[in-house]
Amino acid sequence: MVELAEQEGMEPVEARKVLGIDVTDQVAVKVEKLDVIYRTSYEKVPTFKSALKRMGKGERVVKEVLALHDVSFEITHGTVLGIVGHNGAGKSTLMRAIAGILPPSAGRIEVHGRISTLLALGVGFNPALSGRENVMLGGLAAGLSREEVNERYQVIADFAELGEFIEMPMRTYSSGMFSRLAFSVAVHMEPDVLIIDEALSAGDAKFKKKAAQKMDELMGQARTMLLVSHALGTIKEMCNDAIWLDHGRLMGRGDPGEMVDAYLHHLDVGDDATAMEDL
Amino acid sequence: MSSTTPTLSANAVERARQSAEVRVFEPHKVGLPPMRRYFKDMWARRSFANELSRAEMRAAQTNTFFGRLWLVINPLLLAAVYFLLVGILSGAALTPTKFAHLLVTLFAFYFVSNCITGGATSVVKGSKLVMNQAFPRALLPMSAVRTALRRFAPTLIVTGAIMVLVHVPLGLGTLMAIPSFLITMVFGAGMAMLFGTLQVYFRDTSAFLPYFVRIWLYLSPVIWTAEDMVGKKFDLPIIKVNPLYPMFVTYNDALIMDKISAPWMWAAASGWALAAFIGGGLYFISREREFSVRL
Ligand SMILES: Nc1ncnc2c1ncn2[C@@H]1O[C@H](COP(=O)(O)OP(=O)(O)OP(=O)(O)O)[C@@H](O)[C@H]1O
Ligand SMILES: [Mg+2]
Repeated sequence: MVELAEQEGMEPVEARKVLGIDVTDQVAVKVEKLDVIYRTSYEKVPTFKSALKRMGKGERVVKEVLALHDVSFEITHGTVLGIVGHNGAGKSTLMRAIAGILPPSAGRIEVHGRISTLLALGVGFNPALSGRENVMLGGLAAGLSREEVNERYQVIADFAELGEFIEMPMRTYSSGMFSRLAFSVAVHMEPDVLIIDEALSAGDAKFKKKAAQKMDELMGQARTMLLVSHALGTIKEMCNDAIWLDHGRLMGRGDPGEMVDAYLHHLDVGDDATAMEDL
Repeated sequence: MSSTTPTLSANAVERARQSAEVRVFEPHKVGLPPMRRYFKDMWARRSFANELSRAEMRAAQTNTFFGRLWLVINPLLLAAVYFLLVGILSGAALTPTKFAHLLVTLFAFYFVSNCITGGATSVVKGSKLVMNQAFPRALLPMSAVRTALRRFAPTLIVTGAIMVLVHVPLGLGTLMAIPSFLITMVFGAGMAMLFGTLQVYFRDTSAFLPYFVRIWLYLSPVIWTAEDMVGKKFDLPIIKVNPLYPMFVTYNDALIMDKISAPWMWAAASGWALAAFIGGGLYFISREREFSVRL
């Protein structure tokens, strides 16, 4: 593990306080011997009709995918943890398990504090409803009160800069507009633990800059963050700790620079510029 | 764009309390999550179910004047069709009371049917949210029940008007329509959860539903009354095994006859409702953590 103060170019981090108690060194997320198994059928859409047909043939088409195996780690409040690994390594699965969306098949996850997620698998939005309604619904589902969401609403809308589109059904949004709103919601929910899965490159150049600034600001507040990205430069730059997953197993944990190097070495692509680029 | 900066940390103490909160996720062997925690979470997020229902009704424009009007006119027309049909086929006298019975029970049936069809699609429709956020999933079918209730509300005006028009006796018995409807609502909530789960596993469930609902309508005392059946070929004990039978009989007795149904009728209605609610609820909650990998 890397000490915060040793990290080069990092501002001294202010203490994170909960009820006036400094929680900087307290556990934020603890994952113990985590296994996640997906059980899925080959059918694209499961139907009663196909189930009947299968029963006639006496076959069972359930495939088990061991997406995570024996993963254990612990992070304290204030950590910005980068997660690297190849496609299908289990990064998104790990994030969804920590967010409480996917139940563990074995092991245990402990989360201290409120989580906000910005996940890659489509944002939590209903396309038939307007941006404003979706922000409200997302906030209420996350456990905020109506007043709390209203308090944040203007900031979220202003940050996303969607203009009058905020009142339009979200099916009329471009994908960039979608991710702008998703990013804005996630960072303004004042979570104790913020999970971002490959969503930093949201939007155009201008918004990207704004998003990066917001991330810096959040890091200044010593928020706990889990960051999944294939933009390895971003991981090196933003994180003060990192883990490397490979085929559902935890390969290493430590300094982001070292982890990224180890991962790249493993992939055998070298410290190539394209792998570092924030695409 | 507004230039005011709202204060974000107005509720600092509350937020700090939440921060101190610890969540533990463990494998589920028996299938049910810790129930007290579950209901506490559900209660705390009830405004989510309300808001979802409200937003969906806004999107479907059911909350406009003509939207509401349609909610009333549609069953009204249907009631007229059945009224004529039954009259012609059975050759029985077409009394205003009969029409009143047909109408009020048809409205009640529509409510149950809306719980079923709305509940069935509730989880799949909310898939984006289910995939991205952890919250008690039972809020989704509950929101569908709220929508069904909202669609039922405007029909009460017609129910009232028709009761006055056909001079149904009004009295203490009439008030029993309230507990009767509440029982039906509990039943509807159970059905919403049951079909919400089924739809996740069998995506063609909602395709079968129209037929299922239609048959259920014919088997329920809506286009016929319990009295009609006496001495008829179809007056089989099996017809009374229908959960909607005691519910609609008590409802009809109360609204149209100003009569309190027999205790066993109430017991049967409550029994069915509780069984549906607990059964549907346990089925839903024991499966809901699998939804995120199934959607
Ligand atoms: N719903 C699902 N059903 C079955 N298997 C799944 C499901 N989602 C993911 N998997 C499998 O689990 C493994 C881990 O997937 P995951 O999405 O966590 O990878 P990832 O590290 O996020 O990859 P990427 O970098 O492409 O986002 C993969 O082998 C994938 O095929
Ligand atoms: Mg992923």
